[in-house]
Parts: sequence; C-alpha cells; structure tokens
Amino acid sequence: MPDDTPLLSLEGITKDFYGTTVLRDVSFALRRGEILGLVGENGAGKTTLMRILFGMPVIAETGGFGGTVRIDGRPASFRNPFDALDAGIGMVHQEFSLIPGFTTTENIMLNREQSRRNVAVDLFGPRMATLDRPAMTARASKAIERLGVELHPDTLVSEMPVGHKQFTEIAREIDRENVKLLVLDEPTAVLAESEAEILLASLRRLAAQGIGIIFISHRLHEVTAVADRVVVLRDGQLVKDTSAKGVEVREIAAWMVGREVDANARVRSDRSFGGPALEVEHLWVDMPGETVRDVSFSVREGEIFGIGGLAGQGKLGIPNGIMGLFAAGGEVRLHGKHVALDAPRAALDAGMAFVSEDRRGVGLLLDESLDWNIAFTAMQVKGAYLRRWLGGLFSLRDEKAMRALAEQYIEMLEIKCTGHRQKAKELSGGNQQKVCLAKAFALEPNLLFVSEPTRGIDVGAKKLVLDKLRHYNRDEGTTIVMVSSELEELRAICDRVAIVDEGRIAGILPPEAPLADFGLLMAGERAAEASA
Amino acid sequence: MNKLKTAVADFGWPRIIIFFFVVALFVAAPFVGVRVDGALSDVLARFGQNGILVLALVPMVQAGAGLNFGLPVGIIAGLLGGTLSMQFGWTGWVGFLGAVGVSLPFAVLFGWAYGLLLNKVKGEEMTIAMYVGFSMVTFFAILWLLLPYSSPNMVWGYSGSGLRTTITLDGYWTKILNDFLAVRLGRFFVFPTGLLAFFGAATGVMWLFLKSKTGTAMTAVGSNPDFARAGGVSSDRMRLVSVVVSTVFGAVGILVYQQSYGFIQLYQAPLYMAFPAVAAILLGGASVNKASMVNVLVGTFLFQAILTMTPNVINSVLQTDMSEVIRIVISNGMIIYALTRKTKVSK
Repeated sequence: MPDDTPLLSLEGITKDFYGTTVLRDVSFALRRGEILGLVGENGAGKTTLMRILFGMPVIAETGGFGGTVRIDGRPASFRNPFDALDAGIGMVHQEFSLIPGFTTTENIMLNREQSRRNVAVDLFGPRMATLDRPAMTARASKAIERLGVELHPDTLVSEMPVGHKQFTEIAREIDRENVKLLVLDEPTAVLAESEAEILLASLRRLAAQGIGIIFISHRLHEVTAVADRVVVLRDGQLVKDTSAKGVEVREIAAWMVGREVDANARVRSDRSFGGPALEVEHLWVDMPGETVRDVSFSVREGEIFGIGGLAGQGKLGIPNGIMGLFAAGGEVRLHGKHVALDAPRAALDAGMAFVSEDRRGVGLLLDESLDWNIAFTAMQVKGAYLRRWLGGLFSLRDEKAMRALAEQYIEMLEIKCTGHRQKAKELSGGNQQKVCLAKAFALEPNLLFVSEPTRGIDVGAKKLVLDKLRHYNRDEGTTIVMVSSELEELRAICDRVAIVDEGRIAGILPPEAPLADFGLLMAGERAAEASA
Repeated sequence: MNKLKTAVADFGWPRIIIFFFVVALFVAAPFVGVRVDGALSDVLARFGQNGILVLALVPMVQAGAGLNFGLPVGIIAGLLGGTLSMQFGWTGWVGFLGAVGVSLPFAVLFGWAYGLLLNKVKGEEMTIAMYVGFSMVTFFAILWLLLPYSSPNMVWGYSGSGLRTTITLDGYWTKILNDFLAVRLGRFFVFPTGLLAFFGAATGVMWLFLKSKTGTAMTAVGSNPDFARAGGVSSDRMRLVSVVVSTVFGAVGILVYQQSYGFIQLYQAPLYMAFPAVAAILLGGASVNKASMVNVLVGTFLFQAILTMTPNVINSVLQTDMSEVIRIVISNGMIIYALTRKTKVSK
C-alpha cells in the first residue's frame, strides 16, 4: 500500500534564531493527494517552516534546525532550493517571481527550455542550442490544462491580470515531471473572490492527480473549503492537527489566536471617558504594503484604543497617515479641530505624538546620543530645551536641560545604557524602544499613537513598556491609540479594539469579546457573522 | 595597552602617521638648510588663510548633503565682492569689510539656487556639486571679461576692459588681517594674530550655529532624514539652509585667503579650490556625514603643515622644484584615502 508511507513527514522540527525560538517540536505528515491547510498568525512560524522544507540558505546560515524532514519515508536534508526542486517540491511564493516581458510559455518553461541541436551545439556546446518553441508551447499548454484554467500560452506576463500570473506560477511548478509536493504561500491574497474559486478548484484537481499540497492562507473559509486537514501553528508550536471535516471557521480562528489573557492584567473597573478626542472619517493612506482604503473611527478622551489586524492589511498605515508620514486624505479632527494631513508638523503641533513601528528607520537618530534622541522633537516642535542669549537674539541648545531630561527618562523607563551620551545604535532593541517612548512622552502629547510597541523586544521590556503606557493613560490622562499585531496585548491593555482588514475596519470589539470573534474579523469574515 | 590601542584607533592611523611625518619634517628641516621658525610662521599663516574655506564644508556635511565640492560657487560670490569693492575704490578695512559685505547677498542668492538644485539630486550631491562648481567657474570666466569693470588696477592694460587673471591687492587690503596685531619674534617668525583671531571667530560662529535649534535640526536631517521628518522638520529646508551657510562661508573664506595671499585670482583659479579644503577636513577625521570643529582645526593644520614643509624640505634635498607635484599628490591622495574609508568618524 503506497499510502502507508506519507509523502512528507516532519518530525520534531525546532528552530531558533539567535536564541529566539520560532519553531518548537513541530510534527505532522502529509499523504499523497492530500491538501493540508496551514494557518497561524503572523510570526507563528509558517514561513520559517516552509523555508526549512525548501532548504533556504538562511536556515543553514542561522545554525540549521533540529528534527527530521522525511520525503517518502527517507530523511531528506536540502542544502539549497535546487535540492528541494530535484526532490519534487514546488513552491509558489506570495510575491510573483515571473519575468514580465516573457510570455506564459517562456515563464513556465524557464530554465527547462526544450532545445534543438544544431551545428553550433557541436562546435560550441549546448549553450548554442535553439529553442524548440512548438514543443515548449505544447508542454506549457499541458501544464495549464492540468490546472484546468484558461491561459493563453503566448500572452505576456506584464499584460495579464494578477490571477493569471498566479496560475502561471503554479503551472511552472507542476510542469516538472517529478513534482509531488506543492507549497502555496498565500496564493489567494492577491486574487479576487472569483479567481480564488478557480484556484481552489485547480488545487482540488491537482490533489486528485496525487500531488500533495500545503496551502497557507489567512482566509479561513478557503482553508475549510479546500483542505482535507488543518494544521494550526501558534507561537512556533503546533496547537491543532485535525481533519478539516466539520471544522468551523470560528474554531480555527480561536485556535489561531489562542491563549487566554491572564485576568489580573486587566483592571478595567468603572472606566469613564470624556467626549471624542480624535475623530477620523474616510481616511485613506498610501503607505506601501499597508494601504488604508477607507477608515472611520472615533477615540474617546482618556481611552486606550487598540487597532489590530494581520500584517499588510493597513493597520500600520492609520497612525503613519494621520501623523503625515505618508500621503493621506480624509478628515481628521482632534478635539473638534481639523488636523492637516501630509504635514508631520501640523500633527505634532496639534498635540499628537507617534512612536513609530520602524524604530531604527524613523524612530531613532542611531548615530546620536540618547539626550538628542529624547529631546529633539520637543525642541523642534515646542522650542523646549533651548536657552536664550542676548535678550532672545539667538538661542542655543540647553545641554544641561537635555541631560536632565534624558536622565529622568533613563531612570523612569529603566533604560540600560552607559549614560545619556551613549549612541542610540549601541542599545538593545528593547532599550531603543524605551528611548522612542521617552521621545514621545517628552512632547507631553494629549494623544499618543504607539505602533507595534513590543515588536522584537524581550518579555521584561514588554511588560515595562505596557505598564508605562497604562500609567500615562491612567495618571496623566493621555489618550492612547495603540496599533499592534499582538492581539493579546491589545486585549490586555485597550478599552476597545478595532480590527483592520483590507484597508477597512472590519469591526470594533470590546476586549472581553471571545477570541474567535477577533479571529474571524482578522480572517476577513463579516462583522455581523462575528457577533452572531 | 588596550587603552592605548583604542585611543590610537579613535584618533585614526592616517592622522597619527601624518602627524609624525610633520614632526619628522620639522626635525629634518635644519639639516637641509630650512629655518624652523620661518617654516612655522608659514604654516600658521596658511592655517589661518585656508581655515574658513575648510570650515565652510561643515554645515553641508552635517546636513547630509556631502562634502561641498561646489565650494567654488561661494568662492565666486567672494570674488564678486572683492572685485566690486576694488572697483568702488574702497581700501584698507573699509575695502576688506566692504568686500565681505558686498559678497554676502551674492553668496546667499547663489547658495539658495545651488541648494535648490542639490535638493533635486539627493544621493548624488557630491558629483553634481563638483560639476556645478566647474560650470559656475567657467561661466564667470566669460563674465570677468564682459562685466563693465573699469578700475585701471584691475583691467587688462592693452584693451582697457575685462579683468586680469591676477589682480594685486597692494594698496587695497593686502595682509590686512595677517598684520593686525601681528607679533614678530626675530627675523623670520611672525604670529598672524588678526588672521587667527578672525578664523577663531568664524569657527566660533559656526560652532554656535550648530548648537542652535536650526543647527540641531540640520544635524538630525543629516543623521536620519526620516527621523527629522517625523519630528516636524523639513529636510529640504534644512539642506537648503546648510548650502546657503556653506556658500556664505566660502565667500568669506576666499576673501580671507586672498588678503593673506595678496592677490585676487580669477578665471580658472577657483576651479580646484574645493579639493584642498575637502582633503583637509577628511584628514582632520571628518566623514562624509559627520564633521566637527576639531576635525576642521586639526585637519587644516596638519594638511597645511605638510603642504608647507614637504616642498621646502624635499626641494632642498632634491635640489629641484617639486612643490606643485607633491601638493597635488598629497591632496588628491588624501581625498581618495579618506573617501574609501568614509564610514568611521574619528573623534
């Protein structure tokens, strides 16, 4: 019985990057002709797992991995993607790797061109062979046919709709004679619903031909529709491996976001809020990779408002747009007063401050000292930390005041450094994040945006950062809008949490709402469905 | 031992080697018949003479616009000021300060236009700047002929129009700064008090400027434009300010240079003026995006010391005039060396 040995089996896969464990003891198997839906939040370890499977050099460079990968029951260790290709693994990436100026056929047959011998080949070697175009077209057509879609072999890739590009990619992978396993990473992310339907149908056809498929998607209803089995990863661990039969989208969503938040973190008794502090209407932001299409919400005075959602859906675009860092439009009012977009200065003058998710790119002056980093924005916006000379004729940096300010925050936020003169680039990620927070606090804002405040920092620093945010909100009355990929964090600290999906707000939930509801909103299901 | 090692690494090997080279030249000088006191006097004079041109590079480096290879733009403004002041018949302190005063509006105007251009070519500033300088110099080579200057001390004798290539400042403001409160010790040594005081004052002004709110914003723009933008600072505006300041210092710098040199040199002369200045600041330990007053002072001193001493000593040894060749080899060699290791700043 051939079905006894699984096509692919992963046994105890473990991987850490510089001490951070991203995969812990992940084991599952895939049989021939089976479609396995692999789901998990951003950072759950899906991509790393696929990189291991595909022999990406980055894995070996960072110290390899623990556990075994078996193909057809034999242990396999791929040193590079070519080994993986030879072993019959095909991979379709999220981003297209197609040559725009080539036709469908040429792209499908790339590097496997059929060639004809001629005199030059005898003289100069195989590089001089000419292409056998009819044979290539025939093979490409066959691959397209296997997919069961309509694609003209002579269309240029640059002139295709995105859906067809996706099919071309898949056709290229299945053209290889030995392909047994196909990995698709978010293949439907760029597709319209109708195109996605066709793709799913093609996947079923391929599976029926005996190809094993790993299907990675954030669209949970697609996973339940097409997959035979669902594997859920969370924080690098396999939390569920179950047959897809009878599984509800809602259940998967709950497995995905998982973990109950410890109750004592949430002290939310009788919180009362003032009138609207920030009103946003029909905001759009052109931030590459985080486009915001049409977002309206309002934040109450004294509230901590959370914005969550998956990567690339536009949650990061909201603060970046309001703070004027990316082209934006729509109406933003702070305490009823209109705030000009596209002008960072206007937003700062209005009394807003922003802790950017791009710490090293936007948040810090890496080559300057901590006192500069902390005092700079307040100096430029409010004219603070300047000392006037000759009756206000000119003013110079007040190094003493800057030093006092830096030392105050170094102590308050427990920034580990050698002193206020140390350069920002020499600090660890967590301490850099604290410097970014100090910079924003020094502005004494009445509305503070924090974007991914805990990304890439250790547990201790995380707790401190969240505690300080809570402290500023409770004791200083600062209204906070917190954008984060960590749902748990949002639920722990926020008074309301909005989930952004495809550049729009899918819904706003109280933090006590069931996890599954959040998961559903993230997965792009309707808000109505979630609250049902 | 380790402390010494890091201290040496901080100071930078090239500066140490050149420092010892300069010391060696001073030690060798008496043996080949070059007077040490006379040589030292020369070095001080050239230090003050060139210093402000080196100082002019600092604001653009700090603002992230690179080394100002377009320094000739400022120099042209200075030349306009100098020649106009002579044309008006101003002499002495009135002449010199008048020249500075007349050159300023030109410097601001040229610097502003030049800055607008540099804001459109971010990332390529240094190359573009060099060609802006070249074009400006050659364009003004035409204007020097055509502008209606008429002072007989300046125009060509045979035609009565068009400025001469070299105009003497004798009778106008030759060495007006050098001789101001100068201290003469013995027959060969002169301490140019006025010149060094003027350079010191210019350095002080630049230092204060960098400590102002605008100067701070400018440094932040050079360090991380995105950070500055998020802090509500317009990086284009700050870069523009830095170019204008640099151009103004260039204009003043050339006037100081000329009063010490004793001549106004026109036409092709400003073409390569930026190179020694760039070499000096790099030698002083500046990088392409960070420069300090210390870099300027140390760099100018070391660079001018070699330029003065090497030809003196080597010419005496070789019995032939190699000074120009040596000057070019050293200054360009220094630029190449420094630009290839432009990442690390020395303290």
